Amino acid sequence: MSLANTSLLQLLTSYMSAILNTAEKPPVTPKPAVGIKHPSGDKRFKILEVHMKKLQFKQDALIEVLHKAQELFGYLEDDVLLFVSHHLKLPPSRVYGVATFYHFFTLKPQGEHTCVVCMGTACYVKGADKVVAALEKFAKIKPGETTADNKLSLLTARCIGACGIAPAVTYDGQVAAKQSPDDAIAKVKSWM
Amino acid sequence: MQIEDLNAIAEKHIASRKKIIVRTCMSAGCMSSRADAIKANLEKAVIEQQLDADVEVRRVGCMGFCGQGPLVGIDGVKEKEILFEHIKPEDAEAIIASLKGMQTNLEIGDPDHPFFAKQTKIVRANGGIIDPEKIEDYIAVGGYEALHNALTEMQPAQVVDEVTKSGLRGRGGAGFPTGLKWGTVAKSPGAKKYIICNGDEGDPGAFMDRSVLESDPHLVLEGMAIAAYAVGSDQGFLYVRAEYPLAISRLQIAIKQAKALGLLGSGIFETPFNFNVDIRIGAGAFVCGEETALMMSVEGKRGTPRPRPPFPAESGLFGCPTLINNVESFANITAIIKKGGDWYAGIGTEKSKGTKVFALTGKIKNTGLIEVPMGIPLRQIVMEMGGGAPDGRQVKSVQTGGPSGGCIPAEFLDTPVDYESLMKLGSIMGSGGMVVMDDTTNMVEIAKFYMEFCKDESCGKCIPCRAGTTQMENLLNKIIARQATRRDLAKLEELCDMVKNTSLCGLGQTAPNPVLSTLKYFRNEYEELLQPDTFGPGVTAMK
Amino acid sequence: MSARTLTVDGKQISAEKGASVLQAATEAGIKIPTLCHLEGVYDVGACRLCLVEVKGVNKLLPACTTRVAEGMEVSTNSERLNKYRRMTLELLFAERNHVCAVCVANGHCELQTLAYSLGMDHVRYDYIFPKWDVDNTHRLFGMDHNRCILCTRCVRSCWHIEGAGTKNVAGRGTKSKIITDLNQPWGDSESCTECGKCVMSCPTGALFKKGSAVGESVRDRDKLEFIVNAREKKQWNA
Repeated sequence: MSLANTSLLQLLTSYMSAILNTAEKPPVTPKPAVGIKHPSGDKRFKILEVHMKKLQFKQDALIEVLHKAQELFGYLEDDVLLFVSHHLKLPPSRVYGVATFYHFFTLKPQGEHTCVVCMGTACYVKGADKVVAALEKFAKIKPGETTADNKLSLLTARCIGACGIAPAVTYDGQVAAKQSPDDAIAKVKSWM
Repeated sequence: MQIEDLNAIAEKHIASRKKIIVRTCMSAGCMSSRADAIKANLEKAVIEQQLDADVEVRRVGCMGFCGQGPLVGIDGVKEKEILFEHIKPEDAEAIIASLKGMQTNLEIGDPDHPFFAKQTKIVRANGGIIDPEKIEDYIAVGGYEALHNALTEMQPAQVVDEVTKSGLRGRGGAGFPTGLKWGTVAKSPGAKKYIICNGDEGDPGAFMDRSVLESDPHLVLEGMAIAAYAVGSDQGFLYVRAEYPLAISRLQIAIKQAKALGLLGSGIFETPFNFNVDIRIGAGAFVCGEETALMMSVEGKRGTPRPRPPFPAESGLFGCPTLINNVESFANITAIIKKGGDWYAGIGTEKSKGTKVFALTGKIKNTGLIEVPMGIPLRQIVMEMGGGAPDGRQVKSVQTGGPSGGCIPAEFLDTPVDYESLMKLGSIMGSGGMVVMDDTTNMVEIAKFYMEFCKDESCGKCIPCRAGTTQMENLLNKIIARQATRRDLAKLEELCDMVKNTSLCGLGQTAPNPVLSTLKYFRNEYEELLQPDTFGPGVTAMK
Repeated sequence: MSARTLTVDGKQISAEKGASVLQAATEAGIKIPTLCHLEGVYDVGACRLCLVEVKGVNKLLPACTTRVAEGMEVSTNSERLNKYRRMTLELLFAERNHVCAVCVANGHCELQTLAYSLGMDHVRYDYIFPKWDVDNTHRLFGMDHNRCILCTRCVRSCWHIEGAGTKNVAGRGTKSKIITDLNQPWGDSESCTECGKCVMSCPTGALFKKGSAVGESVRDRDKLEFIVNAREKKQWNA
C-alpha cells in the first residue's frame, strides 16, 4: 500500500470514527444552521424559527416542529421541510421520511374546505362507508384528493374517538354527529 | 406545597361551592353537538332567573352515556342526580326553570338504569363530576393525596410492591403485570430513566383513554408521578394522538396548573423528588401504539418498531430504561396507593383484577363508556347495560380488541370478561373497544375492513406484515367479489398463520386475528361466497 | 471475553458473549438465510428470513438480533421455517416487478439466489404489478424502485458507514420508497458524496452502477468489510 493511500485512509478512519461514536448521531449537515433567513421574507418562517428556538432546536422535537409548520402553512412544501432540516441540523431525507410516515402531515395543498369522514369501526358499522361513497360520487374525487376548483378536500380518518355519536364527520374542524349520506352532501353542497 | 396547603385548597374550594350544581358534559362527543353553547345558555339562564346565589354551572368531562348526549346533570335538587338527555342549547332556560319546580317535557334519564347501576368506577370516578380544567376541583376530591402519601410515607420499593399486590395488568391490551414492569425498570441500572404514558389510542371504535384524558387529566399525571417515584425517574412523556385536540389542550392546562402549585417540577411536597412531564403529540400512525415504535416517535423519528429484546425496561427511550404504561393503567394508580393493593385485588377475578373501561359502540341501543369489574359476563354488558341491538334486530357478534382482536359470536355471550377467557375465544381484551354487530352485518366484510386497516397502518419495515396484509386483503376482496375458490381460502389461512408467526411487531402478529376469529365462528359466510375450483394448478409461474 | 456454549441444529458450538445467533452459526459453518443483514451495519431484524426456533421460547426469533445464551438450543432449518421463508420470498416476488431475465443483477442477486436455494420455484399470489419509476439522474448510479425489497441496507450504509444521510425510507407500508434527500432526483442531491456504498449494499438490482451491463454487475462488498476493519482494528494507524 502506498504512502499516499495510507494517509488518506487515516483521514477517512478518523473522520468515520468521529461520526460513528454514537449509533444514531446524525451526520454533518451540508449547510450551517445559524442565522439562516428564508429569502422570501415570509413572516411565517420567522414564527416557525421562534417556535424551534423555544424547543431549543432539539432534534427529537421534529414532529412538534412539523405540526407547527403545517399549522402555519397549511401543508408541508419542500421549502418548509428544508428550512426545518437546516435549523434542526437534520438531513433532509430524515425530515422527509418523518413527514411522509404520519397520516397527519400533508405535502400537498388542501382545498378551501375539508371534509373528514371517520372510518373507525363504530362509524363503519353504522354506515360511514356509505357516506364516503356518496361524497365520492357527488364531488367526483376519492379520499385524499381535492376538487379541481380547489374548493373541497375529501379525507378519511382512522377513528376520531367520537364513537358514541357514530357516524361522525368533521367539517372544517367541527365534528358533526350521526351523519347520513344526505347530511354530508347537503353540508358539502353549501360550500360549492 | 405541603399537605396542609393541599388540604387548605380543598377546604376553600368546597366552601365556595353552591347548593345546586349543573354539570354540562363538555367532552368531545357532546362538544360536537354544541355543548359549549348549552353551557353558555345555562349560565345566562341562571343569571336571568336570578339563581346565581345558589346555582353554579360546571364544565365537566365525559359522563359516559354518549349516545344520549349532549348531557346535563344536576346535583343538589333531588337525592340522586337528575340527568337531562339529548339537550339542545335552546333547552337551557327550561332546565334552569325546572330547578324552581317548573315542569319540563325534556328527556330525563333514569339514574338506576343498568347502564349506570352495573358500573364500578375507579378510573372514571371523577369523570363527569369535576371540572377537568380546574386543579382545585381535583384536589377537592382528594387529588394528589396519593402522591403525597407515596413520597412521604413509602419507599419506592413499597410503591412497586403495592402495585404488584394489586394484580393490575396493562390496560393497553396485552395484560402484562404492571408491578412486574415497574420492578424491572426500578432495578435497571441507569442514572436517567423515563416514564412514557401511551395515549396513542389507535384502535378504531375505542375512546376510553380520550375520555379519561379529557375528563380527569390530573389523575393520569398523578399516576405518572407516582410511577416515576417508584422507578427513579424524573422525566415523563405523555404521548397523545393529534386527533384528540381537546385532550391535548386540557393536559396542557393541567400540567401548567400542577407546576404552578409545585405538584410537578422540582422538590415536590418538599421532598428531593423532581418530576416533569412533556406532551408529545402523535401524528396519526396506529403502529405507534406498539411500545418500541412509540419510543421512536417520541424521539422525533419514523415510528417503526424494532425487535425486542432489548425491552424498553432495559434500553428504551434515548437508550435509557423506560417505563411505558397505558393511560388507563396510570389512572388506576392513585386508587391503589390510597386504598391499598389488597383492596384493588378484591375486585375482579383470580387472574384479572380491578375494573376495565369499555367503549360500547356499534349496533347497540345504549352507546357510551362504561367501567365494569373484571369477570362480568359479556351478556350483562351487551344486553342489560347496552340494551341489545336496536330496531328489533339480534346481536350477532361482539368485536373486542380492535384490529388485533376478534369477533365473539352471540352464543358465547355468557363468557366472563377477563384476559384469559377472551383469549380462549380467539379474541383479546384489547384496550377496551367493544363494537356490537347485529344480524345484518356481513362478517367477511368486517374481516376485510380490519385487514385493510392493518395494511394501511403497516409501517412497511418487515415483509410478512407489509406484503402479507396486502395479499390477504386481495384474497378477501376476491372472496367478497365471489371470484375465489376453496384454494384461495386455503391460501388465506396459510398466510394468516405465516403473518401471525413471522411478523416483527404486535401489529403484524395480530393482524390475522379478525380473519381467524370470523373463520372460526362464521366460516359458512366465507364458504357461501366461494366458487368451485377450476381446472389447472391455479398458480402463476415465476418469471 | 467469556464464551457461551449453545446447540445449533444439534451441533454444539461456542460463541463470544454478546454475539448474535447468526454470527455464532455463521462462524460454525451453519448458513441461515438473510436479506436485510449486512456485515458492517447494525441489524434491524426486518426481513424475517433468519427466524429460528429456540427451545423454550414459543415465538420465532430473528437470528440477527438475538444474542447467544448459555445452553440455548437453536433450530435453523425446520420444515416450518423453510415454508415460512419460501412464503416470504413469494410475497417479495409478487410485491414489485422482479423480472430476473432483464435485471442488472441477474446471476448475482441475493433474492434470486435465495429463491433457488430454498426451492421457491413459483409464486402462488397475484402479482401486484405496481408502477415504480427508475431514477437515472445520477452521474454514476441508478435506482430501479421496481427491484427494491426495502431491506434498508443502502439507507444504513449511507447513514452509518458513509455518514451522509442522503438516503432514507419515505412513506409507509407498501407505499414505502427509498428516497434521496427531499425525494428529489438523485442527480440533484446535495448531500450525496457519490461514495457508492449504497450500490455495494444492495442485495438486488435496485441500485446499480451505470454502464454495468447485465451480467457484469459485481458487488464489491469486500470494500465495506475492509473499511469497517480499518476503523475497528485501527490496522493502518501503526
